[in-house]
Amino acid sequence: MIENHMTIMLVVLPMLAAPLIALLPSKNLSWGLAILTATLQLYLAVNVLLDVQGGTAIHYELGGWAPPWGISYRLDSLNGLMALLVCLINFVCLLYAKASIEAEIPGRKLGLFYATWQLVVTGLLGIVLTGDIFNLFVFLEISSLSTYALIGMGRQRQALMAAFQYLLSGTLGASFFLIGVGLCYAATGTLNMQDLASQIGQSDQPMTLYSGFAFLFTGLLLKAAIYPLHAWLPNVYQFSPQAVSALLSATSTKVALYVVVRCLLDVFGVEFSLSRLFADLLLLAGSLAILFGSLRAIQQTDLKRLLAYSSIAQLGYSVVGLGLLTVTGLSGALVHLFNHGITKAALFMGAGMLALGPGTTLLTRLAGGTHRPWLLLLFLTGGLSLIGFPGTVGFISKWMLALAAIEQGHWWLLVVILLGSLLAILYVWKFIETLYFVPQNPPETSTGPVPGRGMWLACGLLCLAIVYFGLDTRFTLGVAMDAARQLLGVHP
Amino acid sequence: MRPDLLLKVLAKFLIPFILIFAFYVQFHGDFSPGGGFQAGVIISAAAVLYVLAFGLELAERGIPLRALQYLSSTGILLYTGVGVACLLKGGNFLDYSVLLDNDVAGQHLGIILIELGVGITVASTLTLIFFTFAHWSRHS
Repeated sequence: MIENHMTIMLVVLPMLAAPLIALLPSKNLSWGLAILTATLQLYLAVNVLLDVQGGTAIHYELGGWAPPWGISYRLDSLNGLMALLVCLINFVCLLYAKASIEAEIPGRKLGLFYATWQLVVTGLLGIVLTGDIFNLFVFLEISSLSTYALIGMGRQRQALMAAFQYLLSGTLGASFFLIGVGLCYAATGTLNMQDLASQIGQSDQPMTLYSGFAFLFTGLLLKAAIYPLHAWLPNVYQFSPQAVSALLSATSTKVALYVVVRCLLDVFGVEFSLSRLFADLLLLAGSLAILFGSLRAIQQTDLKRLLAYSSIAQLGYSVVGLGLLTVTGLSGALVHLFNHGITKAALFMGAGMLALGPGTTLLTRLAGGTHRPWLLLLFLTGGLSLIGFPGTVGFISKWMLALAAIEQGHWWLLVVILLGSLLAILYVWKFIETLYFVPQNPPETSTGPVPGRGMWLACGLLCLAIVYFGLDTRFTLGVAMDAARQLLGVHP
Repeated sequence: MRPDLLLKVLAKFLIPFILIFAFYVQFHGDFSPGGGFQAGVIISAAAVLYVLAFGLELAERGIPLRALQYLSSTGILLYTGVGVACLLKGGNFLDYSVLLDNDVAGQHLGIILIELGVGITVASTLTLIFFTFAHWSRHS
């Protein structure tokens, strides 16, 4: 029985777990249920992804109502990969969260923390799996609202301000998205994505559709923190609780970018949405993001803020890949979402472990962190992956993007990509140097809580994943290529 | 005459009617405009009126914060539980037709239970939010 319902169970499991966790009396039980749910989800995600390999899609009709009237879920290679990313990161971050979050949040709030966390995951997976654009908006709100709550639980007082700032930007983005959906509905009379796709070419109200398109994408680009709509992101990543930074950096912007890809290429279609002008705009925005993000990252004095600016730069790579509109470029962009997700989560986890004692991630306070030499391995693996060093996942995606740029003859783009990597060397070296080669001043005896076993395990798993998927690309790149071919309508 | 006497008498008079209206909206949701969300908001409006007239202490003696927290989770559980029950009975998620032997009766039962879940969650969550803010203003 379960085989037919795996898609929906991915969303239902955390939705069922959230209230149960809130009801459970002890923090250990809450965490136990959360990690159990995450394990089941990971298992399901791997299974559904294996099912859709090779270009098939799984359909699921909620309540037995057939689309376009009912809400239907549709799973193909593209969202299969995203679902796997969300489930993997959710699992690893929960492993990490146990010890990390108990040092940051008072015990009586822990149950609610894990419950809210499950709601974030429900929302993210809902966004990824649904085939109905209004349903997507609802899940967008579920994940956003619960994300604001998680951010506000950060240890520093600025966390509240960061959450509020994100609330304003996020609400603005979601409202724009909703207006866009409304206009598209007015022009076509349908909310089902596939039906919408077939109606858009025949609509007699192109102006309504164009305005809908503009609203929809402004909203989505704001949610995805694409330069120049990125202003909310650094504060959010800096002040969130450590485990939440890791979760968000690897999933929330990636999922928003997934929606951009899905709407651009699947719903509106290449002919409608990607006139050369809009594609060139994407290339420009992506390139600016790469340069701006990297330059700003070099100037930062706080480790988590540095990583946040680096995220803005790395998102730029995916936008560039999308703007290239070739199978190579798009598969590079998609695999980069996954690859950068695991890289950045690992780095934020490392930052969180350093911050356990001093309670801050200011680089000057963390200088000379040599009493945790194993962490160097983590920062090196993650850092090399940000740079794009062969043998790490970062190399794979940048290689694909560089190839795509050469294929298209965009030599300036190749320069931008390489320049981005050079700048990445600078900011990666900046934090590694400060952490490991600057003498400790004054010598601080390491006090405070020590990282728990779960934290080490989570970091180790992600480091292994960074190296493994950097060497064996059959799975990730294969799925991304499948997805890119389907999206662009190219047959192998 | 105490200045709040009118308020108290009126509140006492109105609250039962507000609650009855809430139940009307709740149970007529599947035939006419209304449903769990609207009913929940009306119920919490009654709770707010009670707090304004009689104070937070008395209200919390009736419904403690902890109970509200449990209720808000129970509502979602009821909602998701109905969905999962449909799965277990061999239908798709939220396919109420399989709940009973008769399709139409199954749809009715499903919708009523779902709306009940929504109603419980909305009523308790809104009341919880109001109580929490009321606590804050008292402490500061």
